[in-house]
Amino acid sequence: MAVRRLAPKEVQPASFAFTAENEAWAAATIAKYPAGREASAVIPFLMRAQDQEGWVSEPAIRFIAEKLGMNTIRVLEVATFYTQFQLAPIGTVAHVQVCGTTPCMLRGAEDIKHVCQNRIHHDPFHLSADGKFSWEEVECLGSCVNAPMVLIDRDTYEDLTPESFGQLLDAFERGETPKAGTQIDRPHGGPAGGETTLTEMLAGAGRPAGADDMIAANMAAQGVARGVDPSVLASASAQADVSHKPGAYTTLDGAWYTEGGKHPSGSVDPAPASVRRTG
Amino acid sequence: MLADKDRIFTNLYGRQDWGLKGALARGQWDGTKSFIDKGRDWIINEMKASGLRGRGGAGFPTGLKWSFMPKQSDGRPHYLVVNADESEPGTCKDREIMRHDPHHLIEGCLIASFAMAAHACYIYIRGEYVRERERLQAAIDQAYDARLVGKNNVHGWDFDIYLAHGAGAYICGEETALIESLEGKKGQPRLKPPFPANAGLYGCPTTVNNVESIAQVPEILRRGASWFAGIGKPNNQGTKLFCVSGHVNKPCTVEEAMSIPFRELIDKHCGGIRGGWDNLLAVIPGGSSVPVVPADQIIDCPMDFDSLRALRSGLGTAAVIVMDKSTDIVKAIARISYFYKHESCGQCTPCREGTGWMWRVVDRMAHGRAQKREIDLLLDVANQVEGHTICALGDAAAWPIQGLIRHYRHVIEQRIDQYAANPHPVAVAAE
Repeated sequence: MAVRRLAPKEVQPASFAFTAENEAWAAATIAKYPAGREASAVIPFLMRAQDQEGWVSEPAIRFIAEKLGMNTIRVLEVATFYTQFQLAPIGTVAHVQVCGTTPCMLRGAEDIKHVCQNRIHHDPFHLSADGKFSWEEVECLGSCVNAPMVLIDRDTYEDLTPESFGQLLDAFERGETPKAGTQIDRPHGGPAGGETTLTEMLAGAGRPAGADDMIAANMAAQGVARGVDPSVLASASAQADVSHKPGAYTTLDGAWYTEGGKHPSGSVDPAPASVRRTG
Repeated sequence: MLADKDRIFTNLYGRQDWGLKGALARGQWDGTKSFIDKGRDWIINEMKASGLRGRGGAGFPTGLKWSFMPKQSDGRPHYLVVNADESEPGTCKDREIMRHDPHHLIEGCLIASFAMAAHACYIYIRGEYVRERERLQAAIDQAYDARLVGKNNVHGWDFDIYLAHGAGAYICGEETALIESLEGKKGQPRLKPPFPANAGLYGCPTTVNNVESIAQVPEILRRGASWFAGIGKPNNQGTKLFCVSGHVNKPCTVEEAMSIPFRELIDKHCGGIRGGWDNLLAVIPGGSSVPVVPADQIIDCPMDFDSLRALRSGLGTAAVIVMDKSTDIVKAIARISYFYKHESCGQCTPCREGTGWMWRVVDRMAHGRAQKREIDLLLDVANQVEGHTICALGDAAAWPIQGLIRHYRHVIEQRIDQYAANPHPVAVAAE
């Protein structure tokens, strides 16, 4: 277990409230769960509060408890149990979460940690001298084939070396947002230097040769009809093009959600496009 | 080697459109309505016949798990919960599905929910996967827009799919802890019985499945149970996403046939071991919780549930962590021990106290600051933690230590001797 306590009183703000945008989001999020089960939304609510303020403060915990009809202690319990919640202010530009678990350690996570210690602060959860940066070592972030890696805000930066990580920090220092994802030439989780499988898929849409015949034969034998409802095809072709450009990591921020705000279906889960805190 | 036409996840590396258009071009959502028209029993029987064993680590047969759900509703709703809390160190397979081929998962959720008479499905994704969550939500929105899911959808089975997320707790990958977390509580596992199929989410019948298992379902139905069952060895059938990390030349995630020999997996896809095969020290074949296997035992071992169990290890999530001879094996396992100490939920005493104790001792051993008799003491404590906790985290914390002592006791002893010979090295001043 990790012992986690709230920040001291001097640091805590006087009050907390959701922004208007987050209020609308909150109503829609509660609607995801059955009536009487509003407490289910506590983790998304705390996360939203953290996105808004940078960290989870004591007034935020009280605010959420009231909003969801929960006892404050239950929300406090959740906020201290889940380690992704920051219980004290973090760097205003970047809070670096270095994965230190064995797969990353084997590929040099300790060197990445040393860069943090030298450039930010010797100890985790301490702000750098200018207050812009902070860091912590976290447990496995699930990008093990791209080790070593860090998570900054909501993007992963993978396949790092101390040099490339240093350059990342430089870029953040200059106020830029560096390219997320892998920092070397490889297709996401695929092998560096090019795929050993699925090479047919490089050419474009579709499926590997022979797959369709196999499916046709089986479905005929099972007596199940093939095909997709025409209305689905019509809807799909009317949808925005979200195709991936080979080699480029395209996140949704730029393409889909920020243009005209929310998606028409009323989906509300994705975080606001701009959450980077400016101090 | 598996042929490309036999691969389920054809956009694993994100070379193509992840959206609905691309998914349709890759043959997803093809004939989904006919499967539903075939009925519940047909789907469950196909899943049983395919031999699919759950891909989340335990390897429980998926079709059998589905059949535990009540046949008739007693008025309570049924739920499907998809475990996307991928946090086992070494594992990063579900991430690729969710960000590059999310419609496999959504289609699988619909079919699985129908097979269990569930009208609602919750996907619980780990909090750190923010981009993956955005991507998956966008794909769900596309499916709603095209009326593939939702009320009055084209498949004739009212079905809602919701995306929920965690906030950085490994334990929420345990199915009952995940349910607790979904209900807005600390992720502390529940005692079983009652099993989730009787009383799960909100006290209603619930089945929790891994992302990969669910995402494979539609393609298994399309290609046929016999196709899936024909890959790999008996009782270890189908295709599997392997995540190979650590000291290989090209770490990667790749879909391969079950039972592929370790050597073939590494040579074909990962560019071999760093420094050549002679440089291989040991492998953790299934995520951090399974015991380490020394090089000579694993090299020609088929990568499947039963073969690895025979080596007193396991396939787990097929997260293959490779270590070459430059690795400090004691330190590597000590770091895993720290992970379990950090992630213990604190509910059961043997785990809450034991994980911290084991980490402190094995960490001392990594430096040599220990007594040799402590090795047996450590093993004894590990054995007493194992099997004496509500969930399997206690076991998962004990197994790496047991594996370390089983195979590398001599390394620990050597380390202790070295330290004892020179416990306080004095820096010699330069002339």
